[in-house]
Amino acid sequence: MTSLWIMTGVALLASLVTDRRKTRASLAKGLKMLCGVLPLLLGMLAIVSLVLASVTPRMLQHVLAGSGPLPFFTALGIGSIALMPGFIAYPLAGILQEQGTSAPVLAAFITSLMMVGVLTLPIEARFFGWRVSLLRNGLALVGAVLVAAGMAWVLR
Amino acid sequence: MNARETTLSVIRTLWPWGLFVAVTALWTFGRISDDFTFGLRAGENLQGFLVEMALVLPPMFLLVGLFEVWVPRELVERHVGRRAGAAAIPWMVLLATVQAGPLYAAFPVAASLWRRGCAPRNVFIYLGAFSAMKIPMLTFEVAFLGWRFSLSRTLITLPVFIVASLVMEKLLPNDFVLPMAQDAPRAKQGIP
Repeated sequence: MTSLWIMTGVALLASLVTDRRKTRASLAKGLKMLCGVLPLLLGMLAIVSLVLASVTPRMLQHVLAGSGPLPFFTALGIGSIALMPGFIAYPLAGILQEQGTSAPVLAAFITSLMMVGVLTLPIEARFFGWRVSLLRNGLALVGAVLVAAGMAWVLR
Repeated sequence: MNARETTLSVIRTLWPWGLFVAVTALWTFGRISDDFTFGLRAGENLQGFLVEMALVLPPMFLLVGLFEVWVPRELVERHVGRRAGAAAIPWMVLLATVQAGPLYAAFPVAASLWRRGCAPRNVFIYLGAFSAMKIPMLTFEVAFLGWRFSLSRTLITLPVFIVASLVMEKLLPNDFVLPMAQDAPRAKQGIP
């Protein structure tokens, strides 16, 4: 987070020193884009916070525990739909690991959580169009399955 | 514009704010009642998301603005364009790992790269690296899940999303053009 701000600050300063008018144009451009997606983003985040509030860590522990295909597919499903910041997702995954969730199931959960975003699809489509967004999410889901399979093979 | 269209467009512009107010109301209700933790949790989630958004989105969009004004198209095409070789991959991964935030913060950067001549496969490699291998997140993962798990997961994920990105580029037609996110509202109003 800090590195991002420092990088942006340095770039902005360099731009300002070199050419004021260009800097103003780039600021206007960035701001316009930001304002364009802000309302949609706010709505999405409101929906996600409602969805997340209805799922408790204990429920997750319950459905992801054990072995067999069911926890695996549940992990993929929940991971694809949910949107969690890392500081919530990793502690949760740590708890799940302690409770006996297997590594492939955890990998499926984390990978789909990070790479697949069903709830953020409208935002993604705003930038890339529906075709690219659906394709990317579909492939990312396949990727999550492959990663889980790889984990099962490596950590056997 | 007839009445139905007007109503639809009002709903389209107001629904995010309506939802925001609804979550805030649920949270307030959770504060004053004893056993309504759902509202409290929803409100706290939203607050966390909004803080994250406020921390990450402004610099990301500033960078996109600067990038579009300063970096010439030829430069992007030469290093990460369709004809660029595998050397583009470490560049994309490096760019992604020094940034931070949720995946949706990477969309504007990715779309901007694409419009400036970055090859689709490299755009998807950037998105993949951004979602799965950011360094700050990796330290988090190691702390909670251990070295063995985190390292294996990262090393397995890297080739998987590189292959997925190559497949993705193959699946798209060569003349595919990105919709322009920031120009959409202007087009709707009929201003060229």
